[in-house]
Amino acid sequence: MSLKIHQDHSRFKAIVRGKIKANLRKYVQKGEMLGKKGKDAISIPIPFIDIPRFKYGHKEQGGVGQGDGEVGQTLGPGQVQPGDGHGQAGQGEGDHALEVDVTLDELAQILGEELQLPNIERRHNEKIVTQKIKYTGINTTGPESLRHFKRTFKQALKRQIATGTYDPKKPVIIPTREDRRYRSYKLQDLPETNAVIIYMMDVSGSMGDEQKEIVRIESFWLDTWLRHQYKGLESRYIIHDAVAREVDRETFFHTRESGGTMISSAYKLCRDIIAADYPKSAWNIYPFHFSDGDNWSADDTRQCIDMLKNDVLPNVNQFAYGQVESPYGSGQFIKDLREAVGDQNNVSLSEIADKDAIYNSIKDFLGKGR
Amino acid sequence: MPKSLTPRLAALNEEILGYAREFGLDFFETVFEVVTYDEMNMVASYGGFPNRYPHWRWGMEYEQLSKGYEYGISKIYELVINNDPCYAYLLESNADVDQKLVMAHVYGHCDFFKNNFSFRHTNRRMIDEMANHATRVRRWIDKIGVEKVEDFIDRTLSLENLIDQHAPHIRRNPDPKRAEDEAKANERVEGFKVGREYMRGFINPSEFLDSQRKKVEDEKQRSKKFPERPQRDVLYFLLEHAPLEPWEADILSILRDEAYYFAPQGQTKIMNEGWASYWHSTIMTRRALKDEEIIDYADRHSGTMGTRPGALNPYKLGIELWRDIEERWNKGRFGKEWDECDDLRARGAWDKKLGAGREKIFEVRKHYNDITFIDTFLTPEFAIEQKLFVYGFNDKRNSWEILDREFRKVKAKLLQGLTNFGQPIIEVVDGNFENRSELLLAHKHDGQDLKGDYARETLRNLQSLWRRPVNIVTRYDGKGVMLRYDGQNHSEKKVDL
Repeated sequence: MSLKIHQDHSRFKAIVRGKIKANLRKYVQKGEMLGKKGKDAISIPIPFIDIPRFKYGHKEQGGVGQGDGEVGQTLGPGQVQPGDGHGQAGQGEGDHALEVDVTLDELAQILGEELQLPNIERRHNEKIVTQKIKYTGINTTGPESLRHFKRTFKQALKRQIATGTYDPKKPVIIPTREDRRYRSYKLQDLPETNAVIIYMMDVSGSMGDEQKEIVRIESFWLDTWLRHQYKGLESRYIIHDAVAREVDRETFFHTRESGGTMISSAYKLCRDIIAADYPKSAWNIYPFHFSDGDNWSADDTRQCIDMLKNDVLPNVNQFAYGQVESPYGSGQFIKDLREAVGDQNNVSLSEIADKDAIYNSIKDFLGKGR
Repeated sequence: MPKSLTPRLAALNEEILGYAREFGLDFFETVFEVVTYDEMNMVASYGGFPNRYPHWRWGMEYEQLSKGYEYGISKIYELVINNDPCYAYLLESNADVDQKLVMAHVYGHCDFFKNNFSFRHTNRRMIDEMANHATRVRRWIDKIGVEKVEDFIDRTLSLENLIDQHAPHIRRNPDPKRAEDEAKANERVEGFKVGREYMRGFINPSEFLDSQRKKVEDEKQRSKKFPERPQRDVLYFLLEHAPLEPWEADILSILRDEAYYFAPQGQTKIMNEGWASYWHSTIMTRRALKDEEIIDYADRHSGTMGTRPGALNPYKLGIELWRDIEERWNKGRFGKEWDECDDLRARGAWDKKLGAGREKIFEVRKHYNDITFIDTFLTPEFAIEQKLFVYGFNDKRNSWEILDREFRKVKAKLLQGLTNFGQPIIEVVDGNFENRSELLLAHKHDGQDLKGDYARETLRNLQSLWRRPVNIVTRYDGKGVMLRYDGQNHSEKKVDL
């Protein structure tokens, strides 16, 4: 249900994000609410616009409080409420608020605006369709199960009044065959778009914690954005060193394997997953691969490229490869890829030197709007 | 959309209404509506009204309330509008015991609205009025454009607190005939009555007559000053004298009306919330609670009464003060004899069995507001029992800390926070300052300096309404300063006060 307030609300949000009314921008302040999520104290940002007034500085003003404590004792953070009642009370005793929480959809929107990401062009917009029954009108014929009692009796009442057979003292209404009314329906086509992200990560010995963290941050943002674009996004996770296997999300981000690197193993698994579960006709497919670019052999790289060219690229919306810089790797793989498939327009390649480079890398990946 | 009471709730209401009447509460007819939490948040964002003019600040409130609700931090239980009939909202998802509590609480508020003197001049048809305001503003938006109208509202909000909260009680235009007579009488200077003509030169020497004439002249001069005497209702002054477009004047008058409507609620927050809490507690515990509801009730009640060191909870302070007054008047703990008794044991056992407590609190709820309430009834014993203290900011340690628990300081701080809603007192002194149509305001300094950056921004907004340069005299670090904004630049200079 849409409430009147939503108009004011979205206007407020637009001001806070600096989209309209730049003159108010300077009054926007960060407020926070302290809440609890499980055991942890969390801080929920509540921005507010502080209209200037003639007023006292709160610090100058002080106030009266209530409770135990010696004179000179410090009041904990979050316990003093600014004069205007902004920054609502929380019950959290916590000294350290851990998270900053924005809804993921909000995040995605902000991300989109910040990076000026284009909305994704869907490949299979109308291909997959579900049908939905919608009751649209009233008909004089139809199955008994759809009989509209109220309309039927209304019709009967009309007829009886019109023919003079209605007696208000004894209001008996008997519908005849002609009085019956039925709901009629239409089948509506609902286009549905489906998307899957296949994350692949190199977990060979050369990928350290820092590299993995970069991957984790980056995939979080990719995930958020794509989720914002598609309802019902699926994710699959593949890790590989010399062999590849599919894992759950938790394992994906936390395993540390060791050993050599055979990227082809991951691509092979990826190819198989697509072939088995995600027919091209019905799915928007996004494989993302992260590695430090240190493949086992030139021969394996050749295999990878063959597989990409023949089996993966023709089936996916976009293939993205992010190469994380690592002290051990040679970083050769991205060069090979660039040479072989760099000119294909559904391939994005990105080098991520450090955490600061994530920002640009996301832009590389999502900037094409595919 | 809001729904009226279900038969079940109507029955509960009937029950609570009966108890409220039985205890002698006196209120307007009260209409309850049932809303979802989202609607509740919306209405609360609108300051309790179902319909307000479009403006982002309601959205800001809504953001805060809806996030607070989503994260389970805060939930609005009760909302009531000072109107005749009173409107109040019940949350659809609440359990019966909550609904009863809210109803009892609401009847307390309604009784207070109807009987407390502060509300005597409020518009009791404010729901309609607010809806009219909304329509008027919408019409201006259609005509003038949303950006312009909203910008004007934003600027006016910056001045919203510059009203005279006592204004509704002052008769503005004194009897014009009487004023005229007085003026005439003052014009002729005859000196004292002279019995014998030869004494005239002695009784009324010419110097004396001259000085009298001069006085009259001065008086006339003063009345030419404008405003005649300092005017605290700055909004009204602007409405009368600023060169506003018709639509601007209309919107300004709307915002001023609404500010005056809400002012008494700010002046009686502690009393009003305390009073309503006193009554929900009394009605629930003496009458309405069923055995199985006690735990839930206790949970809810203590949730409302919870205190944190750095903020006063008006519900808690209010209810405790009301109970304290009731007890004191029940036991006769007031008057000369009580005040002069130093014997702690005697004081502790003091009970004259007057039983006048209930009667007293009903009387107090009529004739007091928060300031007089605290000033009259806050006792040293109460402050100790309630563990009140003064806190302040320690710059060296960069933290808030407890400064003092001494009764007089606590009380003074409390009253200071309540005086003019804890807002600085600002007056229009001259609408033709330096004979250049500039506006001069004065801040009545009470020991606290104005927040400088805010003051400058506010001046900027004020200037955009007044069109000509605006000035305000205040003090910083004890020295007189005049801040000025001429439409382009801010400046300040020292002045002697």
